Amino acid sequence: MAGSTPASATASAGAAPRVGPWQEAWRRFRKHRLAVASLFILGFIVLAVLVGPFIWRVPIDEIDFSVQLQGPSWAHPMGTDDLGQDVLARVLYGGRISLAVGFAAMMVAIVVGVLVGALAGMAGGRLDAALMWLTDLFLSLPELPLLLLIIYLFRDALTQVVGPELGVFILIVIIIGGFRWMPVARLVRAQFFSLREKEFVEAARALGASKPRLVTRHILPNAMGPVIVAGTIDVAAAIIAESTLSFLGLGFPPDTPTWGRLLFDAKDNLDFAPHWAIFPGAMIFLTVLSINFIGDGLRDAFDPRRVIGS
Amino acid sequence: MTEDDLRGLLARVKTGRLSRRGFVKRMAAVGFTAPMATQLLAIAGAAPAAAQSVPAYAPTRRGGGGPLKILYWQAATLLNPHFAVGTTNQEASRVFYEPLAGWAQDGTLHPVLAAEIPSIENGGLRADGRSVTWKLKRGVKWHDGQDFTADDVIFNWEYSKNPATAAVSIGSYRDINVVKVDDHTVRIEFEQPTPFWADAFVASRGMIIPKHLFKDYVGANARDAPANLRPVGTGPYRFVSFAPGDLLRGELNPTYHLDNRPHFDTIEIKGGGDAVSAARAVLQTGDFDYAWNMQVEDAILQRLEAAGRGKINIVEGGSVEFVQLNATDPNREVEGERAHISTQHPAFRDPAVREAMALLIDRNALQQFIYGRGGPATANFLNNPPRFRSPNTSHEFNIAKANEILDRAGWRRGGDGIRAKDGVRLSFVYQTSVNAPRQRTQAIYKQSAQRAGINLDLKSVTASVFFSADVANPDTYTKFFADMQMYTTTMPQADPQLFMNQYVSWEISKKENNWQGRNIVRWQNAEYDRIYREAESELDPVKRAALFIRMNDLIVGSNHVIPLVQRPTVSASLNTLKPVLSAWDNTHWLLSDWHRPS
Repeated sequence: MAGSTPASATASAGAAPRVGPWQEAWRRFRKHRLAVASLFILGFIVLAVLVGPFIWRVPIDEIDFSVQLQGPSWAHPMGTDDLGQDVLARVLYGGRISLAVGFAAMMVAIVVGVLVGALAGMAGGRLDAALMWLTDLFLSLPELPLLLLIIYLFRDALTQVVGPELGVFILIVIIIGGFRWMPVARLVRAQFFSLREKEFVEAARALGASKPRLVTRHILPNAMGPVIVAGTIDVAAAIIAESTLSFLGLGFPPDTPTWGRLLFDAKDNLDFAPHWAIFPGAMIFLTVLSINFIGDGLRDAFDPRRVIGS
Repeated sequence: MTEDDLRGLLARVKTGRLSRRGFVKRMAAVGFTAPMATQLLAIAGAAPAAAQSVPAYAPTRRGGGGPLKILYWQAATLLNPHFAVGTTNQEASRVFYEPLAGWAQDGTLHPVLAAEIPSIENGGLRADGRSVTWKLKRGVKWHDGQDFTADDVIFNWEYSKNPATAAVSIGSYRDINVVKVDDHTVRIEFEQPTPFWADAFVASRGMIIPKHLFKDYVGANARDAPANLRPVGTGPYRFVSFAPGDLLRGELNPTYHLDNRPHFDTIEIKGGGDAVSAARAVLQTGDFDYAWNMQVEDAILQRLEAAGRGKINIVEGGSVEFVQLNATDPNREVEGERAHISTQHPAFRDPAVREAMALLIDRNALQQFIYGRGGPATANFLNNPPRFRSPNTSHEFNIAKANEILDRAGWRRGGDGIRAKDGVRLSFVYQTSVNAPRQRTQAIYKQSAQRAGINLDLKSVTASVFFSADVANPDTYTKFFADMQMYTTTMPQADPQLFMNQYVSWEISKKENNWQGRNIVRWQNAEYDRIYREAESELDPVKRAALFIRMNDLIVGSNHVIPLVQRPTVSASLNTLKPVLSAWDNTHWLLSDWHRPS
């Protein structure tokens, strides 16, 4: 895959007005209908999770045994759990954590991945080989068992410093992010190898641009397309990993209703009170699915060799 | 009932003017349970010839019952009864190993490897309570063909009492002397008159391991014995294979010492999973015959029972679900040990905080909405047998009163709503095992504590870790490196002596004893220690009961221990299975008699 140079099949059609690379990407993205629909769904979920708790002001931990395990109603649009707590309020609160984990882990993965990939791609030689060995090493480590081990080893130490919720958040973000940077690093390295031989980079070099300037101004911006695509997939993977941990009863404290924890609590009552599991389950499903579609759309948008009609 | 009345009644039984059953009935009327009543009869020399408490056994030949599949959602990890910390390891060991006698549900002793239950009539008991003589059953063979003799019994005593062995059963064997009378008779001698003589070699602490396989593994290398994982016992089933933490298989023992037993050809004990899936595996899908410890919300059990395949067995015992407030400071290290016994918990050392904590849990809600049939609310740590139940305690749920107590003691609310005093915040880590009713209880407790300005950070640990004997793991309940924790403690005998040693100072769980001590809350009280010693040698049953009630009042009154609900043994079995259960002994205490009626 080459860098997203502005020259694309459609842009060179002559009569079309001049557009920058980002406008062009957006134009191409809009052609992917599922991706656009997903963008709206994800936007709605993010908005609901951020603003929702200010509108739906039912507390997440109000125990009321008189409304145990009730199905959806006007008072409780997503029903109640076995302590009579409002599922909607818990889903909204849990979404904040699940999404925060997802995006934070993605940021960690991209920062580390770009750094390693750029270093390896620019330096070449021994440093490149060493960094790629490191990448291979990380690729061969099993994520979930290691996550369990690290939580077991460091949770107590960290929770004493920053409290249980933030402590687990940091751990999960660092570990999930720390195990997702390898594909990004590989992508960035490959991009660097191909881009640094391109004419426009050679021109810049001939004009006396320093190495840092070459990287930051010329190569990196052109290499970001595939990285953004990889990042969207990481968001989804992190949300799933957090749900898995919470479902195993690890991860966040039991009273923090992340989506995975809600599923875990609901599973015993699946045949009597399906609503309790369906709503958080649907949220995970919708979020991950829409993020994946968006990633799909972005890949189309950033791939200059893919011909998309106007 | 006065002491004189009691002695009068006992005399009438002895002379035959009152039947034993009549005696037990009268005792029940004044609050003595069958277990205690029968022990009284034994001490007075009027014990029944044999327990009539075991249901009839129908099958007329050995084997032919097919496979027996049992599900334990906490899996066993080793098969040596002397190292069996958790109930699951005891149960797994009990498939192969047997004690001299076990406790039936009515509290009578039922002979297993003993030829008869010692009594004054048969010369087994001395009236001064200083010795008991057991006659062993003849013709019993170990699974490898060797004879079972008095030497094996003596060996178990030597094995367990050796401190280097680090056996959990050491408390039952440390203070006794065992003498071989002949190849099939042993005598246990006590330094002091001992009212509760049926401890060593009886029930869960009394399973006998073979001398010829363990004699080279006494002391420090006890954990290396190959037979720890490949048991050779005397039980109804022989060992086939064992995957620790997963699956245990056994097969019928063709030379078992009881006729027509066992009924099943193979036995399979599967571990792992959780309580709800275990309940489903029996009640809904019928994949297993029996599942243990149905710690599941009662509403779910009732819905599953409606399928009509199986039923819930509820057996009343002494187990209690309770909360511990750590007496030591888990966040400070002294001599490299957290929760060192020389430290005091910064908040819980104030009695006002403990009293407030006890007022903040709504036990009636727990009973009504969470545990149902499986958990009547209680204010006592010692609930059964009923004659030991304290009448002096009560429980109350009152947030306003808790707030008042804390205000008066000078704990002021800070900006975040959490009370603090002298730099100590009322914010506690509250841990328990991963289990739905326990997480519900945590949520309920947290909410009411919040209203009193106390923050609870909830922590749940996987049951297989929380209840493990793993010395390297900081999350086990015996280490208790948290401010509060909650679990169920079981009472394996019909007598509270062993049960109540959980609060004596010499049983404190610490690094020195590899956290094997039974006093996990690390509470120390000189009066409690003294009364416990007194009860150990008090032969008068009425005075002895009063001492145990006083112990209960001391520990509950300290509020370091907050009892929540009683936990009768709740298990699930298929309608086609006839298990023989007892709350006073292991589930497998009479596995030889389990059968399927044809």
